Amino acid sequence: MKPRTMFEKIWDQHVVEQKEGKPAIIYIDLHLVHEVTSPQAFEGLRLAGRKLRRPDLTMAVMDHNVPTTDRSLPIQDPIAKKQIDTLAKNCKDFGVTLFDLHSPKQGIVHVVGPELGLTLPGKTIVCGDSHTSTHGAFGALAFGIGTSEVEHVMATQCLQQHKPKTMEVHFKGSLQPGVTAKDAILALIAQIGTAGATGYVIEYTGEAIRSMSMEERMTICNMSIEAGARAGLIAPDETTFAYLEGRPYAPKGELFKQAVEDWKKLATDEGAEFDARVVVDLDQVAPQVTWGTSPGMGMAITDTIPDPNSFATETEQQAAKLALEYMGLKAGQSMTEVKVDRVFIGSCTNSRIEDLRAAARVAQGYQVAPHVQALVVPGSQQVKKQAEEEGLDQIFKEAGFEWREAGCSMCLGMNPDILSPGERCASTSNRNFEGRQGRGGRTHLVSPEMAAAAAIKGHFVDVRKWQFKQKGGKSYATV
Amino acid sequence: MQPFKQHTGVVAPLDRANVDTDAIIPKQFLKRIERSGFGQFLFYDWRFEEDGKPNPSFVLNQDPYNQATILLARENFGCGSSREHAPWALLDFGFRAIIAPSFADIFYNNCFKNGILPIRLTEEQVAELFERTYQTQGYPLTIDLEQQVVTDTNGLRFSFEVDEYRRYCLLNGLDDIGITLQSEAAIAAYEQKRPLYYENR
Ligand code: SF4
Repeated sequence: MKPRTMFEKIWDQHVVEQKEGKPAIIYIDLHLVHEVTSPQAFEGLRLAGRKLRRPDLTMAVMDHNVPTTDRSLPIQDPIAKKQIDTLAKNCKDFGVTLFDLHSPKQGIVHVVGPELGLTLPGKTIVCGDSHTSTHGAFGALAFGIGTSEVEHVMATQCLQQHKPKTMEVHFKGSLQPGVTAKDAILALIAQIGTAGATGYVIEYTGEAIRSMSMEERMTICNMSIEAGARAGLIAPDETTFAYLEGRPYAPKGELFKQAVEDWKKLATDEGAEFDARVVVDLDQVAPQVTWGTSPGMGMAITDTIPDPNSFATETEQQAAKLALEYMGLKAGQSMTEVKVDRVFIGSCTNSRIEDLRAAARVAQGYQVAPHVQALVVPGSQQVKKQAEEEGLDQIFKEAGFEWREAGCSMCLGMNPDILSPGERCASTSNRNFEGRQGRGGRTHLVSPEMAAAAAIKGHFVDVRKWQFKQKGGKSYATV
Repeated sequence: MQPFKQHTGVVAPLDRANVDTDAIIPKQFLKRIERSGFGQFLFYDWRFEEDGKPNPSFVLNQDPYNQATILLARENFGCGSSREHAPWALLDFGFRAIIAPSFADIFYNNCFKNGILPIRLTEEQVAELFERTYQTQGYPLTIDLEQQVVTDTNGLRFSFEVDEYRRYCLLNGLDDIGITLQSEAAIAAYEQKRPLYYENR
């Protein structure tokens, strides 16, 4: 048999029907649902008198709209409340398991899926949310869909799909001290652009990927969509299996062993060909910070803001000019002199336990700068609980960070956590679009370590020089 | 879904690259549970001042572009989130087609599900259309999906590519759920051989 990539293997395994001149019908193993992109889909089913085909393969969670403050209080925004109530009613009517506002399993859909063991290697996973690419960290083919497709999956448990192309992104070398998975993916996007992988499914390879934790791999796959990719994939290995074993929805006992045997065969065959290949040299990657209004407008913290005229095409020059104007920045400026007003540590990119640990290590023993409001929003109630068991909440609170309930929060500002016009935010989220975190708000994407350091200093800093208060006060450069 | 065969309308020039879905429909409007009524919020932060008054410098607030049905933009249109509220808002405003050098995947796909035709032309062709749009107030284009061409009254004729199956569905206004359900037997057969370890129990 011709050598195949991991993507091709998963694809082939899921083709229900492929007719000449038509898109393939592929089977969906897991459909994740949240309150924002589902109401019109449930309504569509009702109007057409259709059933939800596999409620058992459908899981719902409330995350985008939910308040991150005291959950015992009623939701203030009546329209948000209606959307949340609608999801509850729909799940009840159609027999879908729901992790609601008060569930100890509630959280951001892309944090909850993996931690419950719903996300498994080799599965096809969809959700009405573009960051579904996160689940690719487990070797699942996972991608975001629109609401019409949400309805399609509800009715048929399948999707009509055109087969995407494949791209290998090879991370060469290793992450340097103080440089994180977030920096690696931001560096890739800066390198290939936000449309660089449009039409492709990316597979991430390289020794650096192999030595990453599941949390780091999820950060990488999460932002595949910011490079335009349909999905991101990482071959499952012992790290993956160890993470999954014993999780509530993961298979148990003999079935788990059998599954692992199958999952080991998913890796791309020797000699399989990708349609495109990109290499990122991690040895050269420094902590990143975005300066503009697109995730591709990023640079090393040691660089200065580029001159719009230095870009190759007129369209790019125009985009850079508009971005700098919106961001209130100038070409040639160093980001380390740029002050921040707000700091957000959270989102499906960076709100898992390791992210919080990393940020807490930086924050420990320091105080948030007086002019900065800083927020830590764990990705799920389970992450929150674990962080509290480890005392991370105390470190954050003592340093002057606010410690919140789980949800999307200021990643997209659908709930009350938003920026005011002109406010500048160091954010661990994934999108720095105009107005993403609130109208007129200015977002800079960074790693959790960089965000914590910016909160404390009140401006961006090169976290590699950070003097830790614990561990004898050493910096990354010397540990 | 409304079929799309041939359409003639005014072109609105939106001279920006990477127009993202947050710009097309900001999140505060995603809380509605209906599919309709999003047109009033289209490009909200660009279209309206902070006090809610229309921003006169934004193209869609100007006559005759407030009547436009074809949107012209630069590369990577529709990047960002999967929200179908973006095509819903465009459609509700009155847009039936969008022309750009490239589109983000999910958005591109979502358009077809809603009877909007996204058309990819080359950078040069798009530049030419911007030129002509700026020269003639209310510049109209005709889009013919059967012939796969964009034409104007001055002899311009650009042909475009579109996937055959998507074209077929759009020409006939077909709902793909119905089409997939015709494969019920194949779906049921597939379900019989799914690995046991993928069942949630
Ligand atoms: S955290 Fe942000 S990016 Fe992730 S699912 Fe929520 S809104 Fe989307």
